[in-house]
Amino acid sequence: MSQATETAQSSSGGGTVEYIQHHLTNWCVGPDCDPVTHQANGFWAFHVDTIFFSLFLGILMLFVSARLVKRLTDGVPGGFQNFVESILEFVQGQIRDGFPHAPAIIAPMALTIFVWVWLMNFMDLIPVDLLPLIAGWFGIHYLKVVPTTDLNTTFAMSFTVFLMIIFYNLKVKGPVGYLKMFLFHPFGKFLVPVNIIMTAIEELAKPLSLGLRLFGNLFAGELVFLLIALLGGAAALGVGLLIWFPLQVVLDLGWLLFHILVITLQAFIFMVLTIVYLSMAHTADH
Amino acid sequence: MNITVTLIAQMLAFILLIWFINKVLWKPMMGLMESRQKRIADGLAAAERGKQEQANAEKRAVELLDESKRKAADIIAQAQRRAKEIEAEAKDSAKAEAERIKAAAEAEIERGVNQAREHLRAQVASIAIAGAEKVLKQQIDAKAHDKLLSQLAAEI
Repeated sequence: MSQATETAQSSSGGGTVEYIQHHLTNWCVGPDCDPVTHQANGFWAFHVDTIFFSLFLGILMLFVSARLVKRLTDGVPGGFQNFVESILEFVQGQIRDGFPHAPAIIAPMALTIFVWVWLMNFMDLIPVDLLPLIAGWFGIHYLKVVPTTDLNTTFAMSFTVFLMIIFYNLKVKGPVGYLKMFLFHPFGKFLVPVNIIMTAIEELAKPLSLGLRLFGNLFAGELVFLLIALLGGAAALGVGLLIWFPLQVVLDLGWLLFHILVITLQAFIFMVLTIVYLSMAHTADH
Repeated sequence: MNITVTLIAQMLAFILLIWFINKVLWKPMMGLMESRQKRIADGLAAAERGKQEQANAEKRAVELLDESKRKAADIIAQAQRRAKEIEAEAKDSAKAEAERIKAAAEAEIERGVNQAREHLRAQVASIAIAGAEKVLKQQIDAKAHDKLLSQLAAEI
């Protein structure tokens, strides 16, 4: 919050747009990165911050899991084990409701989505200028800390889900059955061309909506945090700060508390929709 | 904000993470939770079995108690019967003993009477002789008639 003030000041001339732009630019490495704007112009551009933070959180998950599993007891579970077990049971309950007789991989996949997305979303709750400031000390000038505000992350997951939808469709319905779904659904055999378009849109809408929903929510959330952070910066000099700074703190706290709900809800929605889509793909009679 | 090769990297990370989470967390935890479920079910079944066994044991205890009571009663009845028998036997044997002692005493008395009679007889003989002697003092020579007198005494 206070860093926002400094950063806004240092970005010469109070460029609000510049400040926001700066914060929404990935740390881009690759031949297709624009050297001036740091935006990716083409395909060959790695968003190092996105990859780093998502991998870091994933490895954190695995590390904590491995440590937990080492100390497991099948007697009366203690605090953290109890917590993890309740998450597992929650995920299992969702699958029981949405996808009975699911293949074995669905449950860990849903769990991974829920926890990983939640952790990545959680990065949003870290003060927006803290990590970029620290990175700045090490000579990294562009850092977007929330991996789920990068379309690449959300689409990576939704696209993986999409591939699994296609896989289960082919596996359960068979190639012919899958084709029939495109040809005769939803209007029967007399409107085949319309059916193809409708079903294609329906199927493509699944990964697109899945990825865009998460991205949109988190991007917007991040933007609101940035705008709140700008409040103090806008009145950086003079007595106006006495009004703006407390307001910024109050607003930031409010949005933060609200955002705890949002990040959990988004992680939950992503998980549930994944389960529902895969369940739909896994049923033979459409 | 463009779609870049990052997407591929993130997909790989996602898939690997699912695989690892399945291996590291999901399977062990599920195995554990299932084994705990099984243990609880086993425990409940064992408790049920224990209850059943307790009921059986109680029933058996009652049966045993009844049986032993019955046996004890039998034994007491037998003992009483036996005691009566012994008593009767004792009475019988005492009566027989008394009879025998009485008979022996009677025989003893008989013998004493006989002895006394014998004694008396001998005395009577000597008194008779003495009487006869006094009567016949003068006529009878003790020496001459000794043979006759002892013959007479023997006859008495």
